[in-house]
Amino acid sequence: MLGTLPFFVYVAVVLFLPFGVLAVEAFRVTDPVTFDEGWSTDNIARITEGASGRAYLGSLRLSAVTAVLGAVLGLALSVAILRTRRGRLLRRLVLTASGVLANFGGVPLAFAFLATIGSAGVVTSLLTETLGLEGFTLYSMTGLGLVYLYFLIPLMVLTITPALEALRPQWREAADNLGASGWQYWRYVGGPVLAPPVLGATMLLFASSFAAYATAKALVGSSVPLVTLQIADSLQSNVVVGAENLGKALALGMVVIVGLVLVFYAWVQRRAQRWLA
Amino acid sequence: MTGGMTGAGSVAPETPVRAGRRGSGRWRWGVFAVLGVYFLVPLGASIWYTIRDRREGGITLEPYTRIPGAEGFAEAFGRSLLLASLTVVIALALVLPVVVLVELRLPRLRTTVELITLLPLMLPPIALVVGVRSVLAWAPDHFLDTPVAEFMFALQEPELPWILVLVYVVLAMPFVYRALDAGVRGAGLRTLTEAARNLGASWPRVMLWVVLPALRTSLLNAAFLTVALVLGEFTVANILGFQTFPTWIVTAAGAEPQLSVAVSVLSLLLTWGLLLLISALDRRRREDLA
Repeated sequence: MLGTLPFFVYVAVVLFLPFGVLAVEAFRVTDPVTFDEGWSTDNIARITEGASGRAYLGSLRLSAVTAVLGAVLGLALSVAILRTRRGRLLRRLVLTASGVLANFGGVPLAFAFLATIGSAGVVTSLLTETLGLEGFTLYSMTGLGLVYLYFLIPLMVLTITPALEALRPQWREAADNLGASGWQYWRYVGGPVLAPPVLGATMLLFASSFAAYATAKALVGSSVPLVTLQIADSLQSNVVVGAENLGKALALGMVVIVGLVLVFYAWVQRRAQRWLA
Repeated sequence: MTGGMTGAGSVAPETPVRAGRRGSGRWRWGVFAVLGVYFLVPLGASIWYTIRDRREGGITLEPYTRIPGAEGFAEAFGRSLLLASLTVVIALALVLPVVVLVELRLPRLRTTVELITLLPLMLPPIALVVGVRSVLAWAPDHFLDTPVAEFMFALQEPELPWILVLVYVVLAMPFVYRALDAGVRGAGLRTLTEAARNLGASWPRVMLWVVLPALRTSLLNAAFLTVALVLGEFTVANILGFQTFPTWIVTAAGAEPQLSVAVSVLSLLLTWGLLLLISALDRRRREDLA
């Protein structure tokens, strides 16, 4: 059908072509002496060791921890809002605020946290002056995680609220009438129905945290081992020959990791469906 | 349970059936308190950080009044607004026909289109932009002195980087598609278009006079989400080396941290205000319909 053609052509050129080129050129190398180009798996081998390997580990750990925390807290917030009676204004405030925080990007959030608990932040000076507390620094993995949750919790609220709204009150009433306890309801009815969307949303949070660059760049420059910062470094380095190709290999590695996460999700989803049926 | 057996003649159980829920209020307020502190303190602290006068003490609005005249602000913000409008136009023009056709004529394509529009949400933008850079590098490497190279260089004009528009359209697709899809499903489009067609309207006329008005809130929603995305997007602009609103905030922070925090707070609050306005309009329209 003619009307869909521009869409598919556009996606092929601006989405699939760049990723295809990435997958091919990650295997290109330039000889540092002769500048001859050739094929090799050197780039791929290099991304698992040294600074690159540490960056992958750092990113994976940070994303896994923040995704799980964000999912749990976001789910709790979403349930709490839906349970509040006459909470329409509250619900609208929280949902629109979530829309802003989850989609607007990390730069303003980074600066909000800098002003709060950065080295010259308002809360920092309050704590050090009045309580003499020291030791926590925003410019670390823990600090980054704290900022990431500021957009991950809202992202969870946005993605999981429709699934929670689809949970019919009649099911709860039916379970109650049959004498089920609250735990039994969640174990046999609510939990199984909610598990796939919650898992899917957690995957989305993981991907979002794994891909985050703006917050980290604005907050810590490149002093924390993260893949996204490592990629940017290798692209902006004019000194090392072949650094650009290493950047491509690092980016390809990110795509492969997200791909593996998606495959795992599809597998769990299929098992869950078999179990529900 | 607590009331014991109820006889056939009794009307209502003595205790509410959902007795287990009585305790649930406490954890709910716990959640609100903890997350409320977590979300409100940075916002409040940022505002305090920008309005406190460090030299003389007291309160000043000086960082906010300084924004419009700050070096590079007008240029970067204007460019971001222009990029945002171009992205909105192209994204809607590409996605709207697909959403409508999938609903009315080509339901077989639904899964494919849904998967494609999910990809930009899952795949890291930084990986996409590394790929885009590699493609753009073909211009000097392989196509020098051809129209292809001219075209690729034209895309990277620092004044108006069209390449950013092209990438932002892809990044916006998940939001645009889902906003429009929700609108199409809610509007009963099939009935509306069939009625219009039976009355003898041509397809272009149906699109213009039936489909677009029926979808206007979802179009507004999609447009708004796209504008927010473009105004906040940092990764692609930073890696490709263009100056936009978010990259300007980061650059300006070096010399004037207060100014950067002021701009950040202001942009967050303004976006939130606009989104609240749209959701209020949306509700009023629904109540009108009902």
